[in-house]
Amino acid sequence: MILDSDLHMTQRNIVIIGNGVTGVTAARHIRKRAASDRITIISGETDHHFSRTALMYIFMGDLTYEDTKPYPDEFWTKNRIDLKRGWVEQINTGTRCVNFRGGHSVNYDELILATGSKPNRFGWPGQDLEGVQGLYSIQDLESMEKNALTTRRAVIVGGGLIGVEVAEMLLTRNIAVTFLVREKLFWNSVLPSGDANLVGREVLRHGVDLRMESELHEILSDAKGRARAVVTKSGEEIACEMVFLTAGVSPNVALAKNAGIASNRGILVDRFFRTSDPHVWAGGDCAQHREVPRGRRPVEQVWYTGKIHGEHIAANLCGEEQPYKPGVWFNSAKFFDIEYQTYGVVLPQPESTQEDFFWEQSAGRISLRVRFDEAGGAVTGVNVFGLRHRHAVWEHWISAKTPVEEVMADLGAANFDPEFYRQYEPEILAAFNAQFPHRATQLRTKKGLFSKFMENLFAHRGTPLCAKPEIL
Amino acid sequence: MTDLTSNLSYESHSIAHSGSQLGALEKAALAFVALGLLLLASALFGVSSQMPEATRALWLGAAWTSLIGGGLTFGLHKHLSGKPGVRNTRKTTDSLTARGAWGWSLAIVLTSFYVVLYWFPGLLEGLIRLHDPLSQILRGKAADQWFVYGTFYTAAILVMGAKAIAKYRHSRYQILRTGVIMFTQLGFAYLLPALFAKLNQPEVYLSYLWPLAYDKLFPGTLDQFLKAGNIGFFIVGWFVVGTLIATPVLTYYFGKRWYCSWVCGCGGLANTAGDSFRQNSDKSLKAWKIERWMIHGVLVWIVVLTTLLWFESVMPEALKGPMYLLRQWYGFLIGAAFAGVVGVGFYPLMGTRVWCRFGCPMAAILGLLQRFNSRFRITTNGAQCISCGNCSKYCEMGIDVRSYAQRGQNIIRASCVGCGMCATVCPRGVLSLENGPQPRRYNAEHGLSMLGEKKSV
Repeated sequence: MILDSDLHMTQRNIVIIGNGVTGVTAARHIRKRAASDRITIISGETDHHFSRTALMYIFMGDLTYEDTKPYPDEFWTKNRIDLKRGWVEQINTGTRCVNFRGGHSVNYDELILATGSKPNRFGWPGQDLEGVQGLYSIQDLESMEKNALTTRRAVIVGGGLIGVEVAEMLLTRNIAVTFLVREKLFWNSVLPSGDANLVGREVLRHGVDLRMESELHEILSDAKGRARAVVTKSGEEIACEMVFLTAGVSPNVALAKNAGIASNRGILVDRFFRTSDPHVWAGGDCAQHREVPRGRRPVEQVWYTGKIHGEHIAANLCGEEQPYKPGVWFNSAKFFDIEYQTYGVVLPQPESTQEDFFWEQSAGRISLRVRFDEAGGAVTGVNVFGLRHRHAVWEHWISAKTPVEEVMADLGAANFDPEFYRQYEPEILAAFNAQFPHRATQLRTKKGLFSKFMENLFAHRGTPLCAKPEIL
Repeated sequence: MTDLTSNLSYESHSIAHSGSQLGALEKAALAFVALGLLLLASALFGVSSQMPEATRALWLGAAWTSLIGGGLTFGLHKHLSGKPGVRNTRKTTDSLTARGAWGWSLAIVLTSFYVVLYWFPGLLEGLIRLHDPLSQILRGKAADQWFVYGTFYTAAILVMGAKAIAKYRHSRYQILRTGVIMFTQLGFAYLLPALFAKLNQPEVYLSYLWPLAYDKLFPGTLDQFLKAGNIGFFIVGWFVVGTLIATPVLTYYFGKRWYCSWVCGCGGLANTAGDSFRQNSDKSLKAWKIERWMIHGVLVWIVVLTTLLWFESVMPEALKGPMYLLRQWYGFLIGAAFAGVVGVGFYPLMGTRVWCRFGCPMAAILGLLQRFNSRFRITTNGAQCISCGNCSKYCEMGIDVRSYAQRGQNIIRASCVGCGMCATVCPRGVLSLENGPQPRRYNAEHGLSMLGEKKSV
């Protein structure tokens, strides 16, 4: 083991641009490894790190901004992480210096770029009018808050996770919502059609005016330069006071590009999250992998990957040589009242060597989809809607290439629903056996922690973590 | 500093449209609630033992029908008119639930009511006489202040319990738990004690065990019960078994929740009438430190006091004076001021479990058992936490649930009462209340991809 003192005889000056989950995770994990390094996190958005995924709850009144801070304010001083508020204007890699808007500057030995991304604007006429916005930052939320006061109808452009969140937010203020989605089915670029249908039904059920195969042509302005209506490609004009652009996000690369750091769609990084400059690292939404791990995308704009990127950057920056091995993919979301979890890879269409099993509860609000290899039956991915499933169990099944028959027999082990909830495993298994009679099997593991399956799974995990509960 | 990051300005501009308009039905329901309260309040001045029983019965019936009918209509309509699901919209902006003027007013009214109830019951004479007819039916004798209080308490748990079931009707755990709370309150803490009274037996609340009901294991109390014959033997057996056997065994298998969230009336009131205020509990580290000193301090006090009382007969006279003082002050400070006045009066300001969290010695014992010898834990589901903060916000015990969940750690805390709300409000299916083998309770069983989340920082 290399001791901190051996590695860095002098303290390094580490500067992180961006206080989102990637930058903050990197800072925390550097501090664990390097007691003496100076760590500074810069943000123009807020003084403190907050959970971006919780923006919607601030607007709806479930949480205050303060509630969305994952760490109490004392955390930063206690762990000697300096926080600096301001917008960075320029990076000078030659002098290793970061210049702020307004003239101030700081020097660095190592620089981490975690600048995040911004809502896509595809050159629509009127996209910069007053009342047109995305939802990414606190500033976006503020303008939404301001504009909502005078809005009776809003149009959301682009069917994805953020669009659904915006719709839910607006409905709590009794604002009517028209939702323009280019695809035939909701989020069909990611979800298979059965899943996409389920989500589409849920959006409709909440009273959203959902328009599939409908695209934005232009946004019309009133005399004061405010959005007053949108026109769709089919020529329909929809009067509205706000327009939300939620057709994906793109990495913030301007700072890096201007500094001469190699960038494409995102800031290009190697397996160790190094950019083209030896003292500059990048991760999270803004980064683009030069070598893309199997089954992954070059740009990953998800909370969880941001966290994992941050951990890797910290390890590598502290000399541990940890190439990016993100493990089994996972993600989650909530579409109005339906929770969604996914483990492994589930593409909209199964690959030619794959089988697809889909079960849907009769009311059409709960479903499970499993993908597996036609030949050996190894499971490769799962989507669940309206069910909670255990991360550790699916990670084990997928990484161990477990045959689908075994997975189905032990399906109860993955059940993470609250106590007393109806257990659908027998129903799911019956559907599976009917669809794949040559793979028919019987349920042997029910929900709970007492099964043989759980015993074995825990045995794989090594020594239990018996740490005292930590507050900081 | 942006507008939004300073709380004040944020709230000021969202409050403008926070008040959802009341419909006609809701207005009518509120009018009935007001009428019921008015009828009860006017009894304070207009009712005496001279008034004929039939008149009082009519008055009482009208008051409670109006109050319960209006309350039920309002609460059920509010939640059943929306779709089932987690609905905490406007909790942080409404005056009542966000410590605004309405919240403070309610706190003052509730606190005043308790002050009068405990120390100036004479002021309630009219209200007590109004309840004589009901007390005659149920207990076969005239009402007293505690019967009136019990009636209010039980009505609150039943009406607001129905509202809670409507609000959380998407969660079977919450439906079942609330149903059991309502049943326990009505049966064990209202009708059964009344029946005991009617049979000339000790009017005993079987659902309150020592040391929450601090005198239940006092030698004097047990003596009294034993004098009552067979029922007395049963009651004594019930409390001894309840405290010494049921408590450790049930807590080992299910955690503290079997009592605090399924049986206890204090928890019952918190989770029904107080549900709208659960988010106001303090989540800071400082509050946790104060909590641990206070609750264990109260526990030590009542254990010492109970032990001393058992040695009273062999105790030198010189010790008896201070011991009686200790007992008197416990009754005043803990039994009345803390459990009653602060415990419920401060709901809108400090959340619903002030007493359970900072004062209840029963919760302290259950907490120690839960922390060191139980199969209960809240499991964190791998790395799925998005740090949104809903779990911590809606934890009535002020546990910063997120600080564990975002590290992939299971939550094992002495104070957790297992209400299950963190798991209910979690938008990503990260938390689950589970009973499982004890050795690996802390095991986060989380994603292989999570690197080094085990150290502090």
